[in-house]
Parts: sequence; structure tokens; C-alpha cells
Amino acid sequence: MLSKRIIPCLDVREGKTTKGIKFKNNVDIGDPVEMARMYYEAGADEIVFYDITASHEKRDIMIEVVKNVAKSIFIPFSVGGGIRTVEDMRKVLLAGAEKISVNSAAVKNPEIISQGAKAFGKQCIVLGMDVKYVGKKDNIPCGYEIVINGGRTYMGIDALEWAVKAEDLGAGEICLNSIDADGVQEGYELNLTSMISENVGIPVIASGGAGKPKHLAEVLTKGKADAALIASMIHYGNYTISEIKSFLDSKKIDVRMTW
Amino acid sequence: MIAIIDYDAGNLASVAHAVTNIGFDCTITNDLKIIEKAERVIFPGVGAAGAAMDSLNRLGLDSAIKKTVASGKPLLGICLGTQIIMSFSEENNTKCLDIIEGNVKAFPKDILSSDNRPLKIPHMGWNSFKRIVDHPVIEAVNRDDEFYFVHSYYPDPVDEKHVIGTSHHGIIFPSIIGFNNVIATQFHPEKSGRPGLNLLKNFCEWQPC
Repeated sequence: MLSKRIIPCLDVREGKTTKGIKFKNNVDIGDPVEMARMYYEAGADEIVFYDITASHEKRDIMIEVVKNVAKSIFIPFSVGGGIRTVEDMRKVLLAGAEKISVNSAAVKNPEIISQGAKAFGKQCIVLGMDVKYVGKKDNIPCGYEIVINGGRTYMGIDALEWAVKAEDLGAGEICLNSIDADGVQEGYELNLTSMISENVGIPVIASGGAGKPKHLAEVLTKGKADAALIASMIHYGNYTISEIKSFLDSKKIDVRMTW
Repeated sequence: MIAIIDYDAGNLASVAHAVTNIGFDCTITNDLKIIEKAERVIFPGVGAAGAAMDSLNRLGLDSAIKKTVASGKPLLGICLGTQIIMSFSEENNTKCLDIIEGNVKAFPKDILSSDNRPLKIPHMGWNSFKRIVDHPVIEAVNRDDEFYFVHSYYPDPVDEKHVIGTSHHGIIFPSIIGFNNVIATQFHPEKSGRPGLNLLKNFCEWQPC
């Protein structure tokens, strides 16, 4: 039986880990290589890095980070943020990441998904989706809309339609981030997560809103997620991964308990 | 020296990092002479069977791998490498190396968990395996240890004695196969934390008789 994955997410800006609330007010909280190693030893099942470096010139800093992470941890990790071309993907994969995630670039140019899947295999391509609740409308039948540019630009694209299309194009996994829930620590967006997960055949990682272990239990059962992304609740020392997994284990949710 | 076979099939650096981390010398190479001289060989890979076989044939690595097997040197297949040592893959209908007789099959569609939830393909994430026969390379593995999988196809040897371990994802499938000096895992030991590193260390010290 496949275990549900618990995935720490590290936002990295110019080589430093940061964390914001609703995508704003980011503060530096540490060295990404050290933090990745710490979470690896603490029982993380996978690690996600988002490069939120604003300047294009400074993006090579992230490649160095990826190379150092690859030497330090022996679990899968993915890298997203600013990946626009197959060449960008290749750089990150050659530096040692297992997967790359595309978000805004895929919304603007969906072909990047199929090109990446063809070049590196579907399992490498994660579609990152930033989603906001806007209510059901003619062009947004599911009520959730795709936004890009860190939550600032509404795209008039229905989240469910986009998820299904991305799967057809060759995405191997979806990382589904609710901007309404991000950084607030009051629980994942369960309706959104279960709706997407039930309508695609690829794994869905729930993101945004984790504050307590019970939030993970909810999203991995009612929310039908295959994996849960966590950030604030572990970055600030409120919980350890081990505590979270023990809680999930006590709720009869399959998680990896030896590492 | 351990040769890690390079045939443009994904992230080979992670295998090299893991082997280096546990204290063994290795090199990523497609040089036939280096492979011939190596004490043991790792045949990893991520991607599609068709493209992989094309690269192997073009680089002359198909015969290098067969020679390694015939020489009695320990060979470890990982993921796509494990599939390629079979006779034939349903992925792109690819004729493979035929080191272990049998086909590489796609997971059936609409597979269900034991509590009747639909299961997703690729089989991606952490899963355990059941030991079918004892083998020195899996000696240190505990029953609860889990390993990282990411695949949509699995090897299905004709001869049951080639199956060393099985895993469960809707169906029971062979996740460790081998014979004599060959052992091959469908999962990625290099990405499976401490249990994976232990398995790699066992392989690096394995002396097949």
C-alpha cells in the first residue's frame, strides 16, 4: 500500500529560505540546504523548493542550492519557480532534482507540459496550480479560478478544466495550492482538493493552510489528497514531522513511519 | 570502482551521490572499457523504454551489460534499468535485453485499494515490499521499511524463481527481481532514505557465489 506523503515546502529567495502569508511579507528563516537535510533526517517523504527570486540574473544561485541539496538528502525533491522552457527544466534536473514544477509558464504556454513530459518523462513534470475561490460563473463552472504572478493576476481559467487539460498534456502530478488558505494555518481547502483529486488520475499534493496535524488528516481523507505540503507549522517549530506522522498513524492513515 | 551506466536516462547523479555517501568510489560512464574494468555495475534510469533502448544500442551498451552479466560481476538494475533487463516492454512495444525472460507490463486501469478507493498511476511514492526469497542485498531491510517508487510499468518474470520481492498497488507485482549475480529493484534505493542507502551498501559489498 502506498503511503500518504508529507512534504515540507521551502520557499527560496536568492539562496535563502523565506516564508510569507498569502504570498506577501516574506521573511528569511534559514539556509535551504541545512533545512532540507534537517527535514530529511526528521522523516520528510519528499521536499519541494520554490524559487521566488525576483531577478532573472540571480536564478543561477538556485542551481547551486539544488546541487548541494542533491548531495545532502536521499529522498526525492522537486524545484519550481521561474521555469519557462525545456532548457530551464534540464538545468534543474541535471543539478539533481527529481521533478520540476511549472505554474505560471504552463498557464501562458501549456505546451511546456507536453514538451517537458516528452523530454524527461511524465513523472518529472509537476503542474503547480495557484487557485482562488471566486464563486461559480459561466467561464468558471467549478467556482475556483487560476491565478498567476504570485496570486496577483486572475486568468479567467477554470481550475478543474485546467487540471484535466494538464493531465492530458502529460503532467505526472498536481501540486494544488489554495491562495485563500495559504499561510493562514486554518486548514486546507478540502472542497477544492477533493474535487480536483477525484477528477484526475494523477496524484494530487494539497498545499496551503496546514497549521495542525488534524488539518493533514482531513485533507488526506476527506480531501482525497495523495500528499500534503507543509510549511509554517514546521518552519517555526510548532510541530515536528514525527509528531505529525504519529498523529496520522493514530488516525489509521498510512504514512511512512520508519526512516 | 563501481560503474554507473550513462545512457541519457535521467538523473544519474543522484545514484552517484548516494553511492559516494555510503563510502564507495563510483563513476558515471558510457565508456565500454571502464565498464568492463569495473568491479560492479549499476544500471539505473528514468524515462521511457523505447528511447532508452535506442540509446543503449547506439552506444554499444546493450552488449556491455550482457557481458557484465556473463562475467559474474554484481549488477544492480534500478527502475527503468530493471525493466530493460527483461525480454520485452509494453511501453512503446520495445524489445529489451532479455537477460530475465518475461515482459514489462502496464498497471491495469481502474485498479482499486483494499478499501475500494481508485488508485492512481503512476505508482508514485513510498511503499514496502514482501520478501519472497532471502537475498544478501535485502538482508538488513526491516518489514516496515519503505522505498520510493515512481513507475507506470512493472517487470513480470516468466520464471517465479526470478522474483525476490513483491509489492502491492492494486495488484501484487514483482518489485525486486534477479538471479545469480543480478539484482534489480523497481524502486529507487538512492531516493529511499536510510533503508535505501543500506540496500545500496549491501549491493556494494555483495559477493555473489
